[in-house]
Amino acid sequence: MIAIGKLCKAFGGKVVLQDFSCEMEEGRVTALMAPSGAGKTTLLRILLGLETADSGEITGLSGKRLAAVFQEDRLLDFMTPVDNIRLPEPKLERAVILREMAAMGLTGCENQPVRELSGGMRRRVAILRALLCGADVIALDEPFKGLDEATRARVIDETKRLCRGKTVLLVTHEAAEAERMGAKIVGLLDSKG
Amino acid sequence: MKKRKLPLWAVLLWLLVWQAASMALDSDILLVSPLRVVATLLALLPTARFWASLLGSMARILGGFFLAAALGTLLAALAARFKRVEEWLAPPVMAMKTVPVASFVILALIWFGSRNLSVFIALVMVFPVIYTNVLAGVRAADRELTEMARVFRIPLLRRIRCIALPQVAPYFRAGCALGLGLCWKAGVAAEVIGMPVPSIGERLQQAKVYLDTPELFAWTLVIVLISVGFEKLFMAALGALERRLTRL
Repeated sequence: MIAIGKLCKAFGGKVVLQDFSCEMEEGRVTALMAPSGAGKTTLLRILLGLETADSGEITGLSGKRLAAVFQEDRLLDFMTPVDNIRLPEPKLERAVILREMAAMGLTGCENQPVRELSGGMRRRVAILRALLCGADVIALDEPFKGLDEATRARVIDETKRLCRGKTVLLVTHEAAEAERMGAKIVGLLDSKG
Repeated sequence: MKKRKLPLWAVLLWLLVWQAASMALDSDILLVSPLRVVATLLALLPTARFWASLLGSMARILGGFFLAAALGTLLAALAARFKRVEEWLAPPVMAMKTVPVASFVILALIWFGSRNLSVFIALVMVFPVIYTNVLAGVRAADRELTEMARVFRIPLLRRIRCIALPQVAPYFRAGCALGLGLCWKAGVAAEVIGMPVPSIGERLQQAKVYLDTPELFAWTLVIVLISVGFEKLFMAALGALERRLTRL
């Protein structure tokens, strides 16, 4: 169990998180739902160790390997999709990567630098990088944003399959995405003072 | 950042102007003709002294350049990481950028003698260029990629090779291109004053003393050719090394 307890964070006097608490069941998807500006990304950044909370604590993360799909793709433009996916885990077999790329509808682009790919294709590469690196905990910050309807459904299903048995925190505005991922939904506003 | 090539027609036209001017003046001391320069150079080529001077200057000037490139990169990386290092280095870097080369040459003559003068001068000229460029490159590096590497716990060496290097390399390359031009200009000028033997600078000084304008032009042509030739070779090697290092 990963427990977030009474987390507070303010930027220059502006309170972003106030006494936020929630629990993430291990091996399950927890979806964090809230409107823009409610502090979802800040919470994710604290969870990933990129920001420090003003107070409160997160337990159950020590020794766990983390991965993330950020709001931005954060890919290495000059590298191919295969190399971007292998970057955190170079031992990953090419055949496995190609198989999962095909499952997400990414075929025929494996040798192209990602700067030549469309936004939707880059997004899927970023998702696969997080899902295939062998992480125990995966943070997904609006991972399906920018995908067309048909692709989105396919990518959500593949993400759900590849996340099986892993602890996932999904940040989204779309209840349908959370439902399709089979997530336990947590609201962020409820905990704000 | 691709350099535009010199248009051949313009080069040929200037050579014609030069030839016409030398024919009009009709004095090898005032202005030697381009054909005479080439003939002088061809006569110098088979002599052992030519190669000794050439290699002597190359070793010293390029030695200074490589030392500056290594030191500049290392200290820029430290300065980017530790503010105090940047502050501590700011006065000497400023001095290297603003103090005239002649002052450095005279000081270096007193401190080191003439033998290693051009090593020091090339170092002093190139260091601030590489240091400033690499520091700017590190500062401009994409923070989002750095964060991604932190989250995925990508090992330091792989981070340097695959994330930092491709971002800093354009700045380093630009610094090297500028530094290579500078090191030859300043290095040979220092040799003319210090006259280490054997060196190109010493040969230029001798040509001046004996009013041997053809040899002066021939050596100048040699400096231009090795400066341009080495820059092309070095940049190609740097590109190949970069491609190899950033491969996963």
